[in-house]
Amino acid sequence: MNERRNALRYGAVFLCLAALFLLSLVWSINSGSVRIPVGEIWRILLHRGAIERGDMAADASAFNIIWKIRLPRLLLAAVLGGALSLSGFLLQTFFRNPIAGPFVLGISSGAKMFLAIVTIALSAWMPAVPLAVTVTAAFLGSMLSMLAALVLGGRTRSMSMLLVIGIMVSYICSAVTDFLINFAREADIVNLTNWSMGSFSAASWRDVKISALIVLPTLAGVFLLSKPLSAYALGEGYALSVGLDVKRFRVVLIVLSSVLSACVTAFAGPISFVGIAVPHICRILLKSSKPILMIPASFLCGAVFCMACDLVARTVFSPTELSVGTVTSAIGAPIVIWLMASRHREQGGGSNG
Amino acid sequence: MDRPYLELCDLAVGYGGRALLSHISFSLDKGGITTLTGPNGAGKSTILKTVTRRIPAVSGEIRLDGTELRAIAPRALASKMAVVLTDRARPELMTCFDVAAAGRYPYTGSFGLLTRRDREIVNDALAQVNAADISLQDFSSVSDGQRQCVLLARAIAQEPEIIVLDEPTSFLDIRHKIELLEILRRMAKERGVTILMSLHEIDLASKVSDRIVCVGAGGISAWGEPREVFSDESVRRLYGLERGFYNAALGSVELARPQGVPRVFVVGGGGYGIPYYRQLQKAGIPFYAGILPENDIDLAVAAPLAAAVVRCGAFQPAAQGEIDAARELIDTCDTVIDSGCPAGASNGAGELLSYARLRGKQILSGPEGLKEAVL
Repeated sequence: MNERRNALRYGAVFLCLAALFLLSLVWSINSGSVRIPVGEIWRILLHRGAIERGDMAADASAFNIIWKIRLPRLLLAAVLGGALSLSGFLLQTFFRNPIAGPFVLGISSGAKMFLAIVTIALSAWMPAVPLAVTVTAAFLGSMLSMLAALVLGGRTRSMSMLLVIGIMVSYICSAVTDFLINFAREADIVNLTNWSMGSFSAASWRDVKISALIVLPTLAGVFLLSKPLSAYALGEGYALSVGLDVKRFRVVLIVLSSVLSACVTAFAGPISFVGIAVPHICRILLKSSKPILMIPASFLCGAVFCMACDLVARTVFSPTELSVGTVTSAIGAPIVIWLMASRHREQGGGSNG
Repeated sequence: MDRPYLELCDLAVGYGGRALLSHISFSLDKGGITTLTGPNGAGKSTILKTVTRRIPAVSGEIRLDGTELRAIAPRALASKMAVVLTDRARPELMTCFDVAAAGRYPYTGSFGLLTRRDREIVNDALAQVNAADISLQDFSSVSDGQRQCVLLARAIAQEPEIIVLDEPTSFLDIRHKIELLEILRRMAKERGVTILMSLHEIDLASKVSDRIVCVGAGGISAWGEPREVFSDESVRRLYGLERGFYNAALGSVELARPQGVPRVFVVGGGGYGIPYYRQLQKAGIPFYAGILPENDIDLAVAAPLAAAVVRCGAFQPAAQGEIDAARELIDTCDTVIDSGCPAGASNGAGELLSYARLRGKQILSGPEGLKEAVL
């Protein structure tokens, strides 16, 4: 009985998410500063080869807008949004703390600090830092700051302490970054400033390919982790007692979530609140925290969330474009506050009853 | 029963390689219940953590079913040993069924999906602990007692040969304590599951366990059957009881005896006296008790609480000498309490009361009398 009801709920949630995914895909591709009729969009999408070969006539600028600007941007938002929210889910499981997320733990500030160091160091030799360097620097920075938080926090058994350390690491990194920026020339840090706004606007097909190559295998890895993740939900002691190699599991978990969030910060800059808010939304929708459900749901929901936020970022004040980080914060932060408040109420009621 | 199921040989346990307890040697037979008791901080949990491999042994050896514990692969150990920990697990959005199903971890495939058989086992485990009706409720919304039962169901669903429980009865009310221990008894007896646990309540420990291990400062102070281990004296020593008293026969604990010169004599016997003794103790009023036959239930409580007890032989009427001794004590008192022991009883209750009346003592009886005595 109940199982059937649950299965129905799960099915409905995934159907809705898939529908929303398609909807935001279509909507995003359809909106922008240049109006392109829907029929034309379909034609351009479906007959790419023919148009490129010149067999079919199409407006060249519309073709470029769709294939070179909107589509890669959209797909990048989807892949990275999914990655971000999946990373948040992993960190929340790891820290057993609902506000854990890549942003809170200093990953983005670490990435920014590293990027600042590299940008300023390299500015003496080259006028513009190549994208590959930016991406690598941000990636390394994310991993290093995560590592720092873990090493410093390794001595304490308390997860909330670890969280505090993560936040402190993030402050230290921000301080170093601000310090460096004070002494840098304006022109050298344009790159950094743009990056730190958090945006999908510069997306290219190469970005999409590389990030998909990183994110999708990691997603598969996380799927393989769904069983130990569920064992971990009852705490380390119980996980150990059912034969889980907890130490190794923790390392794998942290590496996977760092890779995910490092990839996001590298390609799109710091995008806050997606990692915290989206897994919560999924939990509420599914009424379950089973990893086997949460992993695909978080990914899908994160993708939808980021695509929608990006849509808002580039259309609402068009032609002025907001940074997507602004939009995710503006939408995500209230959601988190509301969730925390309702959770608290629920728990208070639960302990009384 | 040729060899013990779990054997601890000259084990030293502690944290960071420093031994907290050493020379620990005891063994568990298959299907038996062994309970660690001892004062707080003595190291019961440390021993259990070592046995469950949460911390490494400092030195010595643990053998599970004949195999050195260190040599058993984690997955293999998981199918032999299940635990119920003191960790306050508060998982999010997990039903009681989900929590119990976590015990199937060693048996499920690489994605942890439950087969029909897994579900049957989990439901059966929940039924064992009388939690079938809350199976679909959220784990964090049920009571402490139910939560502990569900965690036990999780351990049962793991189909272990041994279950290790750390303080399973803490935070439980008396009904759930008894229920939990009964389930353990049943698991041990019917399914041959070996149980190793730590308990605070020595009264419950002596009643549920086949073997008791007393964990005192530095090591094991006693190991054996409850009746061998728990004498009034050994419990006093183990816990360093200076004021209270442990009664081995009843497995009950009494608070300290009121100090001072008694002005009250309680005429009791046959269990009638116990509420009066306890009430007087609570009010801090010293008292005499009598005449209690050696096998009288009142004696078990009166002995540790009364300033003096006049006793008589078991299954015998009170002798004249004993009645005289009681009369002498009554002479020194102002008040005599009639606990309601039938006047015709062979312990001379009727005689003592008429003597007290004759000597003009204040006689109090019934609950009202008790209230007055305490005032």
